[in-house]
This record gives sequence, structure tokens and C-alpha cells, in this order.
Amino acid sequence: MNKTIRFKLNGKTKSLEIDRDRILLWVLRTDFKLTGTKFGCGEGFCGACTVLVDNEPVRSCQFPVANIDEKEVITIEGLAGNGKLHPLQAAFVEHDALQCGFCTSGMILTAYGLLLKNPNPSRKDIIKGMDENLCRCGAHTRIIQAIQRAAQNMRGGSKR
Amino acid sequence: MKKDDYQAMDFYDIAPALPLSRREFIKLLGGGIVILFAVGEPSLLEAQRQRGQPLPDDFNAFLRIGEDGRVSCFTGKIEMGQGVITSLAMMLADELEVPLDSVDMVMGDTDLCPWDAGTWGSMSTRFFGPPLRAAAAEARAVLIELGAEYLQTPPSELTVEAGVIYNKSQRQKKVSYSQLAKGKKITRRLEKEKVLEKPSDFTIVGTPVLRRDAVDKVTGKARFAGDLQEEGMLYARILRPPAHGAKLISADTSGAKTIEGARVIQDGDMIAVLHEDPELADQALKKIKAQWEKPEAIVDDKTIFDHLLKVAPPGDIVSEGGNLAEGEKASKTIIEKTYLNGYVAHATIETHTALAKVEGGKATIWASTQSPFGVKEEAASALGFQSKDVHVITPFVGGGFGGKGSSRQAVEAARLAKIAGRPIQVAWTRPEEFFYDTFRPAAVVKIKAGVTGLGAISLWDYGVYFAGERGSQHFYDIPHHRTMTYGSGWQGQPGSHPFGTGPWRAPANNTNTFARESQIDILAAAAEKDPLEFRLKNLKDTRMIRVLKAAAEKFGWTPAKAPSGRGHGIACGIDAGTYVAHMCEVEVDRKTGHVQVKRVVCAQDMGLSINPEGAKIQMEGCVTMGLGYALAEDIHFKGGEILDLNFDTYEIPRFSWLPQIETVLIDDRNAAPQGGGEPAIICMGGVIANAIFDAIGGRVFQLPMTPERVKQAMG
Repeated sequence: MNKTIRFKLNGKTKSLEIDRDRILLWVLRTDFKLTGTKFGCGEGFCGACTVLVDNEPVRSCQFPVANIDEKEVITIEGLAGNGKLHPLQAAFVEHDALQCGFCTSGMILTAYGLLLKNPNPSRKDIIKGMDENLCRCGAHTRIIQAIQRAAQNMRGGSKR
Repeated sequence: MKKDDYQAMDFYDIAPALPLSRREFIKLLGGGIVILFAVGEPSLLEAQRQRGQPLPDDFNAFLRIGEDGRVSCFTGKIEMGQGVITSLAMMLADELEVPLDSVDMVMGDTDLCPWDAGTWGSMSTRFFGPPLRAAAAEARAVLIELGAEYLQTPPSELTVEAGVIYNKSQRQKKVSYSQLAKGKKITRRLEKEKVLEKPSDFTIVGTPVLRRDAVDKVTGKARFAGDLQEEGMLYARILRPPAHGAKLISADTSGAKTIEGARVIQDGDMIAVLHEDPELADQALKKIKAQWEKPEAIVDDKTIFDHLLKVAPPGDIVSEGGNLAEGEKASKTIIEKTYLNGYVAHATIETHTALAKVEGGKATIWASTQSPFGVKEEAASALGFQSKDVHVITPFVGGGFGGKGSSRQAVEAARLAKIAGRPIQVAWTRPEEFFYDTFRPAAVVKIKAGVTGLGAISLWDYGVYFAGERGSQHFYDIPHHRTMTYGSGWQGQPGSHPFGTGPWRAPANNTNTFARESQIDILAAAAEKDPLEFRLKNLKDTRMIRVLKAAAEKFGWTPAKAPSGRGHGIACGIDAGTYVAHMCEVEVDRKTGHVQVKRVVCAQDMGLSINPEGAKIQMEGCVTMGLGYALAEDIHFKGGEILDLNFDTYEIPRFSWLPQIETVLIDDRNAAPQGGGEPAIICMGGVIANAIFDAIGGRVFQLPMTPERVKQAMG
């Protein structure tokens, strides 16, 4: 059933007449050409498709687009502001916290959601918060380091 | 490789009808200085010739210093996370003495890059590196020659810094590479090895450098095959059998056609639904009613090992020495054991994906593949095209580990694109990925080994079934020994495996090292010796001794007879020319059998390390990924039916599994660089098995070492 929904996507207001049953991941990738959000498993197990909806990390491959009505969506493309990398992105680069890069968008957005809730997470908190995101290359050690560094930098005031 | 970079080169759209002559090729390259060179054996050039490669056939790689001063290296290798986009560029930059950011890597494009067999075997740096450096040295020599002429200064008086040639005594007399390349058309074929820079002169190689592709990957800009969208593109979903070997009896596709805009294509054995919306393509596929005839399931994940032993062909001798009967006589204790491992998936987070476009009798395919030239041949044959009319482009690849050497999806996309007359994307779902993955084969290793009263290994009779030869040869000092392989390679022969198998990160070596290093520990225990001391006593290989000692120092290994109750383990091995030694500490939950690896030390001797930071990342990646096959990963199946189809039942390592990982790199700057993407994974089964034994006094002989198997080992 088609319906008009209104939402904010990476800071910009959008309005879309769309079948409410459509899945957010595919709307982002096909309608908006925002291909930084990845398809990994299609059942919410791997986290490669994670985006933020009202600052809450969600699995976009399981998320009906109707649920973003009147909400704010942030994808990996919307994280860097004014050509400047977000502290999490900068920390991932600095710590070499990626190899093939396919899980990276989901990792960064899950971490962002975590830091918004808990700006000063312990190593244990990070492991717990990231445990449902899968990486096959084995970049985990550096991802934890990058999140710790980003948390420090964000607490230091450089939010964006 | 960004798409824009292609446009900067003036030969993007060239798909020549016949192999070019050298002259034509050089004309196409435009201005600048080009060095052509050959990588590897002459047989590779012969293979290139036979494959109808459009480039001239006396070289298989080249680099160019363009008129803008940028340096481009063209190679059929691909980047899938292992970091060669960085390490190859570093070697080139160093040898040419240009800044790293002025180097572009053009990778895995079959029209632009010379033929390459594929990216695997940790070979890119080992075999590509030396000729690449030699070619860069040749380019530098040409530039110095030109510079000497331009500056009216003898070459011996010149020095190069960051792409600018200076007169050593009068630094105001200078000329840049780009000035020299401007308006020139110079081509050289590298005939002989140049005298290379001494390792001590490196300014970039050997220093930690961050990944060159990182910024694109953290901002979502990096393009993988599934991210590319062509005008008019349709998404394909393909009808799949419920089991390998199943036959299609009938298919009613009328339901699919009720979805507006859906097209159903039937081509031989393939039934596919195409739609411009991927979700609707999926819905349409679900409306196809198909009947299949499944073959009777003969084996499952429990009976497979007996089956493999039953169908194993006669063995081949890999190596032997001394006399096994003598060895038995010399042994005080003889121990015979059998080791097993199940099938393991590659499970890359990016599934097999491809986009294909067929127009005017030519095909262009963007594929997530480890073998762009393999895709070119396979697609050409499936389309009935000549190979020269198929152009394969490799965007970033979201993990490979051996699984993307097989690229069925690219052929499917090409076939559908030809029939539909529209660009087609095939992106496998996760269940398709598990179904068509070429798993690491299930395997059996049988070892009969003996030790003397003095703790010397006196007998080693080793047979590996269906894993393959890599890593099967021991490196201990054993007078009487024989190593056999049965059912060679990763693919086995028809009738051995119920589905596809293939190479998996450090193929065969994970199986072989698990078995060998477990058995060595059993011998050490029989000899009542500390496992490290026992290994050192039975080794003459100085590199192995050095790497073991380096690991022991970092770990703080203190001698004890196993089982000491501490949960400490050790294992070592050789892969892709690189020596590795691991030590670890585990905690075993005696109630549940759950194993938590607390700490892993990994020491690695890979000769000259080009990018030490990159090497360490690969080591950490290997250790982390290796936890999976050691502790949990195992494909469950019933005949040709795969029962694990997603990450809910097929568990791969997570953050909570993570040990503290410490890496030690033995940097031997005067030794040739060796492989780095695989070696550190080979010890993970053995080191954890030995640590579990040290913790609980029971041994697990089968990978993965699941909680049930650990509990069983406790007795």
C-alpha cells in the first residue's frame, strides 16, 4: 500500500510516496543510491546494513520503511560533516580498523549509536555493544581500539 | 581504484580485435615513460599468449610515469582486504623515489592489465614484488639518463628526492619526473634484473603505512560490485535446488509473472526472475512453484570421514627419508592417532556479486572475484563469445579467502544480460552463498610417530586424506619419515565430496598443522618433556628455532610438562615461505566445555616485511579468523543438502571471542619478502588443541573443538 512518508535523511528532509512494506536497506541503496549501507546476510545477523534511526542503530535489512516516518535516518554517507571525517571515521582510518571494508559502515554506525548512549565505554562495554556485528577479516582488535580513541576525541569536544 | 582514474587514462575504451603489436600498444598508452616487465615464470607468458590476451605477449605487467608525473602500476592482482593496494605501491614508490600518494594502482581490469592467474597463495608480494622493484629501478635509470641530459650533469652527480632530480652540489639545478616525461614516448622492456636499492636505503618500505583505501571505506564511497548501478539495470534472482545433485522435475512460473514488471527467463538449467526492484525480484522468485527430485543422501557431517577413507585413491609420496621399519625399532614409544576436520565456509561478508552488460557482441562484467581473468574465460565460453570480447573489471572485493576464485555468479549475470538485453546484477543471498561456497574440504590425517628414550623423534609416518599437500611436510629433524597425500588437492575427485570444495585461507595447511602440532605435543608428553623444549631439541631449522624463541620470549613461556593445568599451548609451522610460531592461553569451562582463548602471541618471520603495519594487521586477522575453524565452524549437511545457511547456525568469530593478541615480526631486511596474508592462521587449531590439553589433560582430535567435543575429551 502506497503512502507518503516524511523523514530526515542525513540532515535533509525527504518526502517519499512509497509502498510502506518496502525494506529500508533497499530504499537507501536503490532509491537514494546510498550504497555505503551493505547487504550482508538479509536476516539481521551480521550488522553490515546498520543505520541509525533517531540515533538508534537498526538493521536496515529488517526495517520496514514505514517505520522511518517522521524520524531521522543517518547512513555512513551522512556521518562526515563539511568534508571532515567524523571522529569515529578518523579513528578507524588511524587505527587501520578495517581490511576488506565491507562490514565497516555497519561497524561505525553501531559504534556511533553506542557512544551516543555511553560516551565513556569500557572495553567490556564496547565488546558487548559490538558483539552482534560480524567481521570476517578479523579487524576486531583494531575496531575496539578505534572506538576507544574516538570516544576520547568525542568527549574532548570534536563531535563532528 | 576509483572509476574516475580510468578516465584520466586515454585508453579506457579499447577492446582490440586482435592482440596488439608492441607498437600499437605503446601508441595507445600515450605519452610518458613505460616499463614493461614479466612477473614469475616464462610459462605465465605462454599462458597469457594462449588466452588471447589483447596485450602484446612478451610482458605481463607494466608501469607508467605519465606526463603529469603520476606513476601507475597495472596488474591483474586484486585488492580484497589483504592490503596489496598499499604494499605494492610502497615498493614502487621507494624504488622510484616518489611520494607514495603519487602512485596509482590499476588492478584486476582485464582490458588494462596483463593476464594474471588470480590473487591467492599469499603470492602478490612474494612474486610480484621483486620484478616490480626491478622495473621501477629501470624507470628511475631512464629518468636519471634524461635528467643528466636536461641538467647537463653526469648521472653520478644527481640525486632524486620525491620525484625531483637534483644536482647534488647545486640544488637549484633540478628537474621533476613530470617535466622529463612530458612530451616523451619512451618504452623500455626490462630485460635483466637491475641492481636494486639496498634495503637500508628504503624510506617507505619497512615503515608502517596506513591503508590507502581506508578513507573511501569509512565514508561509504568505496564501490563494491553490488554498489554499481547501470542505466536500465535489472536485479536477478535465480531458482536454486534444495540440494546439490537435485534435478528439476517441473517449474510453474506463472505466479512470478503476476508481479508487475517481473520477467522470467529460462535458459537451459537456469530459471531466473528479473526486476528493476530487488525486493520485487525476490517476491517473484518466491512465487515460482518448483518440484525437485533429490538424490538419496549417502553421507552427512558425521559419516563423511569414513566415506572419505573408503573412497580415497592410492597415496602419493610427498617426501620420505630413512627407513620406517628402522624408525619403529629405534622408538621407545610409538603413538598412532587420527585427526579430523569438517567442512568450513569462507563466509565473506560480501556475498558473490556481479554486474554484467552485454552490448554489440561485447560483454563488460564487474565482479567480486579473486580471478578476473578466470571470469573472462568462463564468461566468454558461456556466452559463446571470444575471450577478447569480454572485459572484466574488479571493484573492491569484500573478502575472498580463496572463496572468490570460483565466480559462478559472474557467469550467471553475463548469461542473463545477454538474454535480457539489459544490464543485470546478480548478488547472492546468504543462503545462496552458503550453498554454492567451495568449502574447505573435510579431511582426515593419520599419523604414526615414535620417540626414543632420550626424547628424540625417531619415526614419522604421515598420511593426509583430501586436505591437500600444502603444509603436510614436517620440518623437524627426524631420521625415518614418510609423508603421503591421498586424494590430492582441495577439490577431491568426483564422488568424494557431496558439494563443491576449494582452497580456504592457507589451504590444506590448517588441517596439516593441527594434526602435526597436536602429535608433536603428544610425543612431548610421552617423552615427559616441556613442549617448547621438545620442539627445540628436535629442530635443526634455524629460522624455526628463531621464531619459536621469539614467541616464547614475548609470551613469557615457562617450561612445564603438559598437562600443567595452566592452559598454555604452542604450535609452529611454515606457509607461503613464512615461518610462524604461536603460543596461547585458554580457559576451559569444565561444566560446559566452552573454551575462551585469553591470549595469543604470534611470531612471524616473513623475510623483508614491506609494510610491517599491514603484516601485523594480517597476523591479527589470521589469529581472529582462525578462532572460528578451531572452535566452532563446521558445515552441517545431509547429502547434498546444506543445513547451515546463515550466521544464526554457522558461527564465525565475534568480538566476545577475542583474545589479547600480541604480534612479533622478525624483520629480516636482507631476506626476500614472503607471504603474509595466510601463514598466521595455520597454527590456530594446533595451538588451541595443545592449550586445551594443557588445561584439562584431555585432547580433542577433531576440528572444530566444540564444547561437546571438549567435554568428551575431559572424559
